[in-house]
Amino acid sequence: MECTADTVALLWMGRQLPLSPGHFTVSCFYYTIWNFIPKNLFEQFRRIANFYFLIIFLVQLMIDTPTSPVTSGLPLFFVITVTAIKQGYEDWLRHKADNEVNGAPVFVVRSGSLVQTRSKNVRVGDIVRVAKDETFPADLVLLSSDRAEGTCHITTASLDGETNLKTHFAVPETAVSQTVSKLESLQAVVECQQPEADLYRFVGRITVSLQGEEIVRPLGPENLLLRGARLKNTKEIFGVAVYTGMESKMALNYKCKSQKRSAVEKSMNTFLIIYLGILLLEAVLSTILKYAWQSERKWDEPFYNEKTEQEKNSSKILQFISDFLAFLVLYNFIIPISLYVTVEMQKFLGSFFIGWDLDLYHVESDQKAQVNTSDLNEELGQVEYVFTDKTGTLTENEMQFRECSINGVKFQEINGKLVPEGVTDDSPDGYMPHLVRVLLHQTCTLSSCFFTGEEELFLKAVSLCHTVQINYDQTDGPRDTFLQANGVSDPVEYYASSPDEKALVEATRRMGVTFVGNNGENMEIKTFGRSEKYKLLHVLEFDANRRRMSVILQTPSGEKVLFTKGAESSIFPHARSGEVDKTRVHVDEFALKGLRTLVVACRRFSAGEYEEVDRRLHEARTALQQREERLAEVFSFIERDLELLGATGVEDRLQEKVQETIEALRLAGIKVWVLTGDKHETAVSVSLSCGHFHRTMNILELVQQKSDSECAEQLRRLARRIREDHVIQHGLVVDGTSLSLALRQHERLFMEVCRSCSAVLCCRMAPLQKAKVVRLIKTSPEKPITLAIGDGANDVSMIQEANVGIGIMGKEGRQAVRNSDYAIARFKFLAKLLLVHGHFYYIRIATLVQYFFYKNVCFITPQFLYQFFCLFSQQTLYDSVYLTLYNICFTSLPVLVYSLFEQLVHPHVLQSKPALYRDISKNALLSFKPFLYWTLQGFSHAFVFFFGSYILMGEDTSLMGNGQMFGNWTFGTLVFTVMVITVTLKLALETHYWTWMNHFVTWGSIAFYFIFSLFYGGIIWPFLHTQDMYFVFVQLLSSGSAWFAIIIVVVTCLFPDVVKKVLYRHLRPTSTQKSQVIEAYPGTSCLDSACCFSEGKSGFAWLGRLVERTMSRCDLARVTSLYVIFYTSEQHLFIPSVGTPPNPTPFLVLSAVRNSSMQW
Amino acid sequence: VMASGYSAKEEDGHHSGALGPAGGAAVRSRKPDNTAFKQQRLPAWQPILTAGTVLPAFFIIGLLFIPIGIGLYVTSNNIRELQIDYTGTESSSPCFACSQNYSWNMTTPCVCSVSFSLDQPFESNVFMYYGLSNFYQNHRRYVKSRDDSQLNGNLNSLKEPSKECEPYRTNDGKPIAPCGAIANSLFNDTLALYYNDPNGTETQIQLVKRGIAWWTDKHVKFRNPVGDDSNLTAIFQGTAKPVNWQKPVYELDSDPENNGFINEDLIVWMRTAALPTFRKLYRIIEKNSSTSPTLPRGNYTLKITYNYPVRSFEGRKRMILSTISWMGGKNPFLGIAYITVGSICFFLGVVLLIIHHKYGSRSSSADLTH
Repeated sequence: MECTADTVALLWMGRQLPLSPGHFTVSCFYYTIWNFIPKNLFEQFRRIANFYFLIIFLVQLMIDTPTSPVTSGLPLFFVITVTAIKQGYEDWLRHKADNEVNGAPVFVVRSGSLVQTRSKNVRVGDIVRVAKDETFPADLVLLSSDRAEGTCHITTASLDGETNLKTHFAVPETAVSQTVSKLESLQAVVECQQPEADLYRFVGRITVSLQGEEIVRPLGPENLLLRGARLKNTKEIFGVAVYTGMESKMALNYKCKSQKRSAVEKSMNTFLIIYLGILLLEAVLSTILKYAWQSERKWDEPFYNEKTEQEKNSSKILQFISDFLAFLVLYNFIIPISLYVTVEMQKFLGSFFIGWDLDLYHVESDQKAQVNTSDLNEELGQVEYVFTDKTGTLTENEMQFRECSINGVKFQEINGKLVPEGVTDDSPDGYMPHLVRVLLHQTCTLSSCFFTGEEELFLKAVSLCHTVQINYDQTDGPRDTFLQANGVSDPVEYYASSPDEKALVEATRRMGVTFVGNNGENMEIKTFGRSEKYKLLHVLEFDANRRRMSVILQTPSGEKVLFTKGAESSIFPHARSGEVDKTRVHVDEFALKGLRTLVVACRRFSAGEYEEVDRRLHEARTALQQREERLAEVFSFIERDLELLGATGVEDRLQEKVQETIEALRLAGIKVWVLTGDKHETAVSVSLSCGHFHRTMNILELVQQKSDSECAEQLRRLARRIREDHVIQHGLVVDGTSLSLALRQHERLFMEVCRSCSAVLCCRMAPLQKAKVVRLIKTSPEKPITLAIGDGANDVSMIQEANVGIGIMGKEGRQAVRNSDYAIARFKFLAKLLLVHGHFYYIRIATLVQYFFYKNVCFITPQFLYQFFCLFSQQTLYDSVYLTLYNICFTSLPVLVYSLFEQLVHPHVLQSKPALYRDISKNALLSFKPFLYWTLQGFSHAFVFFFGSYILMGEDTSLMGNGQMFGNWTFGTLVFTVMVITVTLKLALETHYWTWMNHFVTWGSIAFYFIFSLFYGGIIWPFLHTQDMYFVFVQLLSSGSAWFAIIIVVVTCLFPDVVKKVLYRHLRPTSTQKSQVIEAYPGTSCLDSACCFSEGKSGFAWLGRLVERTMSRCDLARVTSLYVIFYTSEQHLFIPSVGTPPNPTPFLVLSAVRNSSMQW
Repeated sequence: VMASGYSAKEEDGHHSGALGPAGGAAVRSRKPDNTAFKQQRLPAWQPILTAGTVLPAFFIIGLLFIPIGIGLYVTSNNIRELQIDYTGTESSSPCFACSQNYSWNMTTPCVCSVSFSLDQPFESNVFMYYGLSNFYQNHRRYVKSRDDSQLNGNLNSLKEPSKECEPYRTNDGKPIAPCGAIANSLFNDTLALYYNDPNGTETQIQLVKRGIAWWTDKHVKFRNPVGDDSNLTAIFQGTAKPVNWQKPVYELDSDPENNGFINEDLIVWMRTAALPTFRKLYRIIEKNSSTSPTLPRGNYTLKITYNYPVRSFEGRKRMILSTISWMGGKNPFLGIAYITVGSICFFLGVVLLIIHHKYGSRSSSADLTH
């Protein structure tokens, strides 16, 4: 391999290239069997918490510390092992998938014949043969196929999920080399850029030596066959490998997901730091106090407890440091080691529930919700802004041609016929000349006699200007059997990456201009049965910035024509002739109806013009440097002086329940922004129809701003209007150009306006602008949690930018799904995903985190307190085994099970009362107050444990019926026993949803502790050098006083918490708590829960009412009436507070109430 | 508004789904299983902590705890206990002289006697404790300074004690048995109790020295090493006595069942106390006849062979006589705690009842009629 330039790799074709092996197996996954342990360990210890425990462990190994290294080593080992198993498992899955690719047999041309090898052995420069339905083993430049024109079809379903067939081309000079022997004699050099991850970009050129003459051809993405794609409808192809193994685009796209961290994780880290502070404080305090005590010899070294020589002689400073470290080790458990692993397990296991949810399963498309990252589950409960794409997300993306405007006349499609506006199918035949033509056109076989020239040209333009493919291999694929079985009249099936194009081509077919096929060089259409072949000269592909695409064709008569279609804003400025004004009016009318509009135009080239066009296109396409820029320049040179033909209006139906979902999100306090590429009028009308904008809203506009100052002025005006008119809700419409102006200079002003609007609609947005808007909101001072939802490749940047990215499994490929954090089939599922799953996950993880810190405070504070009674000698209160097992055995499972199954309110209630979502907004359960509450509770419980036991035992009385005494280990065990029980029961108090598993692990944990302690204390352990715990636990339990003490301490600890909970519930109930009570009424939830019996009242006085309630709880009429009242009141309560205005408009409430009664 | 209709519809989907999978299983679809587990519909008990649910619990706790507390308090109060401090730091104290001359190896033991009187008779078995204050048996260096393997009769450990015993591991190159700081500082005062009959005679009270250590300690955890010779002296040949001891371990008692490592005084001492002020069981005074009290009312003399120095660390020494109930020694704390918690529970129950009556009915009805 020679390198001509830094960025260009030069490949000599047909030669074996010496490159180091191993370079080529795809190993995007992290590990191999050999490096798994070291590499995984390295990865894990990069985590601060793990590293911290490693340090503690090493300190324990090095210096004489109060606890054995096992106490931190074993939990660390446990945590590391569990994480390693999880990561190893995930990696193994990846390995399995990749082995199939890497080990697949491949045929390579070597020394004049086909040799079978494995795909991992394919080298750069190898010529590879791929047969039909095989996947490509590397990124190949197509040399030839079995077709004479050198095309082949592939699907990239495994790469981006797009199932349509795509045509790829070989350069004509190599396309003739269809056999191995011909390839052997081929002399060519391929130059290409350095590997890059973008699937849709490839720049290179091929120089073919043909009889001493060198021919240079450009290579683009259409020449490149991507690894992982599959060959379709083509018997075999030959290609030269340009990127293999890790360098292939697929492998480069394997990049690990951008690390999004949830708000909970951030607060978790804050808590960790706070606790680290507490830990250091305790350690420093203890060290200082120790030295204060030690200053007197009678405490430091009384006659009964002399130091060893070594201790006496060691340096004071070393001693001091070692003491400090020893205290650090003693108290280190205050940082919960198993927190991370439990959180990780919780997220990993908990995320299955999303995929399992039947409510998130879409029957029609057989799609269930998909979780790509489990790290963000709880973030679903924190969303404040939803940014949604329109097409395919709010709408079906199922395009249906509805109307068109041809040369200034508006037409409607009715029953497959084009009818001029104002005439319906019911009208008597023959009245209008157009109609006659329409009705008769199918019988007209000779010419387009019944269409006017403009109409025919328009239809031809529409049926030619596209990149639709036809699956003309009739026996191939399941789709055809489906078609045959259904007896569908369609002779062919169109495949298009854009549903608009498909809808248009299908529409022209219905009208008699049928697109028959495209064999690479020619496009064939049948106009009323008469076949016409157009030579396809160039395709000017669609791109999002230009927002139009064009084809240059040679008509059968030899004329060179450009057909172009695109967004009206990108065509009208370039239109020179045609009914521009009328068409513009029509386009606006279409947009008002919510139709997607495209404008069609053409340009005829003179021979000279075409030559220049051809030359410039060729130059631009063969350019190696700045090809994109040069192409854009050429395209704009070509697509001008257009002759306007007309416009099309395609309908995109709203998805079901979009309105309800948006309303639910709004009730939940979430602001919904619609970001769309559509034009202003379309976007507004869709916004209105999907309930994003209310009819009652005051709609503010920031559109078509041309200059900075104008934009600023408009913004100020809007801000003033909002201030003046703060009663009514406002909606804001912004378009792309104005937005970029607003963002450039007046970001703050813009944000201010946006925040006071209850709905914002951004239209005409480029993909990057979408991401920019998301980032703007995300980084605004309040740092709100943003969620972006979309279905297309143009939404990817916004999905990646937002805190939570959701992909819709739509029709525009799977790009969005692949880059999303969660993927769902329908927009309406968002409501359940956020309101129910998000709420649950948040509650679960928040309680999990708080509880973890709580239980470790409980755990370690008695140790700290004990130091005051043992001269700060670092004597542990608990035995090493208890220290070790507390977090990994005795208290680990209940909280894990809790965090998987907890449901504090019934899911139906959460979904039907979106306002409950507000109870957890702004990370409410992990804010400073709850954190303080939990921490203080931890400390106070620890004090009760310690001093309870101290008063009981410390007053040096015997607790046993035989007068014998307990020692320090019994004291520690008593504290520990009380602690395990209290901590477990504390979680039980937090649990609202007791499945059999909760019962099992809660009572099981306590039972396990007892059984384990009996066992552990029942044996003289042969390998332990002390037998401190021998029969300690049995002796403790044999004391009646100890039992009474355990009960009283546990009750004392939990009792204030219960009182607090009850008082708060009655005096200051949250809406969630209110709905817990309400929940007891509807029949279903009542039947299987005990709450309906104990709900509300108690005691004997209310027995009568209780019976009455029990009797009537399944009374349907009553339940329903309750619901009505309930929802109505909800509206009263919550609709008004959605927007910024504090007082609702009377009208709004009225409409809400009316709606609710309609519902019922 | 719409959300409600929405959920109702979803519910419909649920039910149809419930019927679905059995029939539709033939077609392999990605449809999730409609199991209670996967749909998070596991049958569950959903308790809510309202005044209604908690009130009965409060009353029950209150009604249970108060009588229990009274019972515990009364039990504790019925226990007789007498403490005598014989440290002798005050010059007026009879043991003042003994406490002043500190030496471990006094050839002539210093004996002092303290007189006291019992106002009330001790009826059942009486337990005699010695108590020490300011003695940090829970110091880490102290706690770990022992070799359980040696005490369990392991011959290797007898000759080669654990490093944890430093600096009480060897003496003059010979291994110390039992090694370590705990054993070395064995409490070695001897207490004897005399009843001063009103007629002037002084009768020594029989003190039982067996049964003061945990049974498992005595029989499993502590064992004398077993050699070829059954003679303890021979087995301990080659070991040194702890530095502070007056006699070697095999001469602790004449009774072979209470000698060597299984000497109960040693075992009791080896169970390190949790806190710096502690007591340890010393002797038991068994009740002899069912008619007369174990310790009748009257005057007694405690004769102390004063060996154990505590002056250097401002320690105090006590002798405690106590009767025992099923719940142990005198400990009013439990009873008080139960009474307090029970009363608070009951009181809060009443408060909650009022709250429940005033607010509870309002808030529950508010949800329905708002």
